Amino acid sequence: MNGNDAYIRIEKVSKHFGDVAAVDNVEFNISGGEFFSLLGASGCGKTTLLRMLAGFETPTMGEIYIDGAAITGVPPHQRPTNMVFQNYAIFPHLDVRRNTAYGLRTEKLDKAESNRRVDEALEMVKLQGFGDRKSTELSGGQRQRVALARALIRRPKVLLLDEPLGALDKKLREEMQLELRALQQSLGITFIFVTHDQEEAMTLSDRVAVMSGGKVLQIAAPKEIYNRPVSVEVADFIGQMNFVDASVTDLADGQALIDTAGLGQIKARATEFAHKGANIVVAVRPEKLTLSKDRPAGEGNAVQGVISTAAYLGDRSHFYVTVAGTDKPIAVAAQESDMSDGQSLGADSAVWLSWSDEAVVLLNRA
Amino acid sequence: MGLSDSTAIAGTVPESRRSLAARLRVIFMRSESLRGYALLSPTLIVMLLGMCLPFALMVAMSFWTQRGFDIDISFSLTNYGSAISSPIYEALLMRSLAISGTCAIVTVLLSYPMAYYVAFHVHRRKMLWIILMTLPFWTSYLLRIFAWKIVLGWNGVINSGLKSLGIIDQPLEFLLYSPTAVVITLVHAWAAFAILPIYVSLEKIDRSLLEAAADLGDGPVQRFLRVTLPLSLPGVIAAMLLIFVPTVGDYVTPALVGGPDGIMIANMIQAQFGKVNNWPMGATLAIVMMIVLTIIAVVYIWLTRKLAEWIS
Repeated sequence: MNGNDAYIRIEKVSKHFGDVAAVDNVEFNISGGEFFSLLGASGCGKTTLLRMLAGFETPTMGEIYIDGAAITGVPPHQRPTNMVFQNYAIFPHLDVRRNTAYGLRTEKLDKAESNRRVDEALEMVKLQGFGDRKSTELSGGQRQRVALARALIRRPKVLLLDEPLGALDKKLREEMQLELRALQQSLGITFIFVTHDQEEAMTLSDRVAVMSGGKVLQIAAPKEIYNRPVSVEVADFIGQMNFVDASVTDLADGQALIDTAGLGQIKARATEFAHKGANIVVAVRPEKLTLSKDRPAGEGNAVQGVISTAAYLGDRSHFYVTVAGTDKPIAVAAQESDMSDGQSLGADSAVWLSWSDEAVVLLNRA
Repeated sequence: MGLSDSTAIAGTVPESRRSLAARLRVIFMRSESLRGYALLSPTLIVMLLGMCLPFALMVAMSFWTQRGFDIDISFSLTNYGSAISSPIYEALLMRSLAISGTCAIVTVLLSYPMAYYVAFHVHRRKMLWIILMTLPFWTSYLLRIFAWKIVLGWNGVINSGLKSLGIIDQPLEFLLYSPTAVVITLVHAWAAFAILPIYVSLEKIDRSLLEAAADLGDGPVQRFLRVTLPLSLPGVIAAMLLIFVPTVGDYVTPALVGGPDGIMIANMIQAQFGKVNNWPMGATLAIVMMIVLTIIAVVYIWLTRKLAEWIS
């Protein structure tokens, strides 16, 4: 890995289409050798940002640097990036081998060397022996592999991937995720991965940038984004989250005392906006809540409720618990292994919800 | 059929007791191909009466011979013998093929940029552009030929323009009544037949393929040569054939602007049916022309298919 922590610099980049700002004053760095994901719903500007890196769009404002060089004026065919397109863009008139070798023209290799490079690239994506296949005879997964081989054969410094797994079925997608991650680690080049699938982004990435409305909401490692989201929007987009309105009643040595609508008085780690009297939102992940029939022993946070819906999903179960004072039922996810007395928990059972102080995230009210 | 089966359908009407009409209806409804033919029947009747019968008659006639004002309908290969041995027919056929071939190539070369422009650089009202390009077709074919006579003529637009500019003293004679005039007129007349198929094949090209080519290091010229051109080849091939085949048999244009050097095989065929009054010879020439055209078309399609395979 190059270990350069500002290999790609995106400086105050905006892209306007007419009156619409598809990307709005975005600024961040991507390190060399990093697996970096741009995550967001469709229309959040993630693909536009990727296309600006590839050179298919020009920023309206701002500048992008790759390895210290400004690239705004550089056409796509002269950039040190290669892209895996969303629909794979496999050339229909060429077979697998010629598709893969397409980008070697500029390198002016002799035939033997070029053949060696193609074999190497096909091997990398596990398509040995598929060279003579017509591109029209390939399955979705194979097309995806050809697109990958074709991009990697040029040995780019940065590989751009535009929702490359979106068209694959679930099982194949999970398999490809592992392969992509392994490939990135063995090659050590920077991957920039666009996806709307938060699970995919979490599985693959070193860091994730969550985007919405052309802006970057949070950039952090998957774990931090999941456990310490900076806003209701991020918390809502990544996984499932229970939100409860609350207000801060007191602050004492780094701990905030909070009065919640329905969850009672709770304590949590204070944040900069949690000043005394502030109206905030308390967020708790469903799997950080524990269900029990009886009130748990000790002084911990606990509240009583009634199960309104119970869904058995195999390895885990989902419950929705109605708690007096909250406007929505509280979602609880319980692992099968944690459900020692869970068999008897069905709809209309009265239960206790409990959680630790660390499970609670304080968020600014949007 | 077992006992249990026959008791199971005992409630339905037995096959034998249904009326003939009902049975025919069942046969009709069960047969996919029969219904298909029924749907096609008006077209089939027209084709049979309007094309197959006359064609059969023409084939038959090509083996007859003209004796004075009478036609001898005994089988004879005399016409074919003279069609193959006579240098005038061969020369006319060769000239027709050359003129039409030139015409097809020039039309495609001129039409490609127009189709390309509309497919790639017009983003709104594409249909309007296409309609505008086919506008010449809205006027009469004869009118268009006469318009070219005015443009190309002795005292036509080009000659008088060039003369008044002092570029030439004498009018350019090769402009009108020459194979050049035939080619120019035909190219203009058939342009739409080239623009449309080429446009369709260009329009179908996925734009992300061009982005992929750029991403893989190709500049604009390479992108065109390696992606756009090969993928639009089906349109080009269709356009060439679509123009070549009917123009070989054209006789109005050569008659009006061709002059003696621009006469084509179809003018000879027309003459056989007209003032020469040798219908069997005319039929023979028409059949010979068809056979030659078929051979050329088959070879051409085979060659382009091989070429496409070789490219991919």
